[in-house]
Amino acid sequence: MVAARTDHAVTTTTSTALTGLPGVSRALALGAAALLAVVLFVLTVAVGSVSIPVSEVVRLLLGQENGEQSWAVIVREVRLPRALTGLLAGAALGVSGLQMQTLFRNPLADPFILGISAGASLGVALVVLVAGAAGTAMVGGLGLLGNLGVAGAAAVGAAVVTAGVLALSRRVTGPATVLIVGLMAGYATSAIVSVLIYSGFGRLERIRAYVAWGFGSFGGTTWSELQVFVPVLLVGLALSTATTKQLNALLLGDRYASSMGLHVRRARLGIILAASLMAGTVTAFCGPIAFLGVAVPHLTRGLVRSGDHRLLVPAVALVGAATALAAGLVAQLPGTDAALPLNAVTSLIGAPVVVAVLLRLRRRGAAVLA
Amino acid sequence: MSLSSQASDGSGVLAARELTVGYRSRRSGDRLLLTDLHLDLAAGELTCLLGPNGCGKSTLLRGLTGLQAPLAGQVTLDGRDLTALSSRHRARLLSIVLTEAVDGGLLRCADLVALGRYPYTGWSGRLQPADVAAVRWALRVTGVEALAERRVDELSDGERQRVLIARALAQQPAVLALDEPTAFVDLPHRVELAELLRSLARECGLAVLLVTHDLSLALRSADTVWLIEPSRSDGLPAHLHVGAPEDLALDGVAGRAFASDEVHFDLATATFVARPGQLGTVAVTGVQPAATWVGWAMAREGLTVIAEAAEADLVVTATVAGGRRSWQMRSVAGISEHPDIASLVGAVRGLLPTLASVSGAGEQPRSVQRAQQS
Repeated sequence: MVAARTDHAVTTTTSTALTGLPGVSRALALGAAALLAVVLFVLTVAVGSVSIPVSEVVRLLLGQENGEQSWAVIVREVRLPRALTGLLAGAALGVSGLQMQTLFRNPLADPFILGISAGASLGVALVVLVAGAAGTAMVGGLGLLGNLGVAGAAAVGAAVVTAGVLALSRRVTGPATVLIVGLMAGYATSAIVSVLIYSGFGRLERIRAYVAWGFGSFGGTTWSELQVFVPVLLVGLALSTATTKQLNALLLGDRYASSMGLHVRRARLGIILAASLMAGTVTAFCGPIAFLGVAVPHLTRGLVRSGDHRLLVPAVALVGAATALAAGLVAQLPGTDAALPLNAVTSLIGAPVVVAVLLRLRRRGAAVLA
Repeated sequence: MSLSSQASDGSGVLAARELTVGYRSRRSGDRLLLTDLHLDLAAGELTCLLGPNGCGKSTLLRGLTGLQAPLAGQVTLDGRDLTALSSRHRARLLSIVLTEAVDGGLLRCADLVALGRYPYTGWSGRLQPADVAAVRWALRVTGVEALAERRVDELSDGERQRVLIARALAQQPAVLALDEPTAFVDLPHRVELAELLRSLARECGLAVLLVTHDLSLALRSADTVWLIEPSRSDGLPAHLHVGAPEDLALDGVAGRAFASDEVHFDLATATFVARPGQLGTVAVTGVQPAATWVGWAMAREGLTVIAEAAEADLVVTATVAGGRRSWQMRSVAGISEHPDIASLVGAVRGLLPTLASVSGAGEQPRSVQRAQQS
């Protein structure tokens, strides 16, 4: 009788582990991340040079426009686009960071560190300079086709750098070496962008816009850009959910994955495509956002304590959205007239995470610098 | 759950015909490691692919499992050409445990084993009841049910190997191939793993191919051995012998494949021993197993153990009285009693210079010089 009961207990614990359904604590963690993202979204709409009461914000977001007209305009034309941009950019950067980390089998991989954002910048710079847009923003006043072109060029630039760094990283060993390869790719690509912007083509306001764009911002998007930004990122996130099974198999390495029937090259291509589409588009419209891609997956793993991508991808998207919105809020310096560059805030979040990961690798005896 | 429906009941579920493996190189011509192989991997058996390090075992394994294209010949899996199978179909028939370290990160063992269901699940990887049953079965037969909720990076090396074998079994293959799975596992667990693999082969009708350089493990556990004997001259392909482990050992093939100038394979003990010493001879008598062990100690000191006490320079006799062992040594210097082998060895080292001059050895081996210095 006792034996039978023990046996039953074993069976039930195994069954929850195997059905792939998140346990209660994991569901709680996902719920908490979602709630946090919603709260930060509302706060992002509420906080700014003009303070709008949260209750009013909620009413406006729910479509009840009977308050002050100026508030409605501010929310519709400025705050809502900014909050949506932060939400989606954070989710997209987090998920593409997660994909890079699994693809490169490197806990420090991320679009910014590996120079993929720089590749996207190059694509953007080429389109903007060739198309010769008249606006004062780096990307602005391009119209629907122009915005699509910018997103496409950014994604192509990102994909080219990703593929290049991946090819190089297979010839070197050690996570830190791959990091250096990525940094060099980033420097080289950024240098080309600088040459393009400053020489010949550069008008003064274009240079100024480029410098400002480099600081990163969720505030530079209007509904016209969001027409491209939102659907492209949603497509990228949808593609990413389709890569979860492949990402799980790749956790064991290419040879195990291929022995289990995964077409490794094809899977790699799909993952690069999804990650580049997201990282490229975010970079095009928000500038190269530092460290969110590396920090968010690690924060999420700490939260849900799992390596299963079927849980990690949605969780990373939620935590990424919340982290980006929080960073955006801090950059606003609520209560003052000043504002910080977004990258200053995300670097403050991300750099300690990178150092912590490096220290953990060292403790585990992995050859970090090999 | 039985797998025998997938494995053909005859022999050769995995078969090689005229198979040649090696490396293609444009610059220096193809390097052939093994040529014209005809191999049949039998269902229900544990087959060990055995050979010294660097003889081409892993290359042959990659060729047999479709991870590397062969230079010539054909491999069939369940009667079909391996190259014609889709990767998904192949994964349902053949699974692999690799040498390389797995960084499971935060994966739990159950998650890792469930990855073995990859070729059966849909696009999202969601497990159906049949998949869950297969994973539970794999966890049970490898004895790692209790580890299911543990994280992979918390496991010991032996436990991790079992979980990796469970993952391979979850693929419900007809053929299970393992590349040096015992490399990081201590000796008792090594034997345990081999026994597990053999019982899996027997009870599930699985064809198990275990690649190893561990001769004694293969001799103890394998039903059939594929033994690679490296060529004596560089650049020529190696020979592959097939047979029962005992036949290969008694024919001297096993010893030849692994022998070097320094060691030879001792058939009596099935172990590798250093070449017999030239410093003198010793006869060992008395109670077993103490006598055998003291013989090994004498061989280590550079003496040749012989049977005839009358012809030996030294005679060591092991006795047990009242549960206490003691060793008596007789030599030209007289008779001495020793409570343990350590003190006996000390006395032998003191005698060696005398022995060397008595037997008239012209050139003193290094061990004697060392003994004199100390």
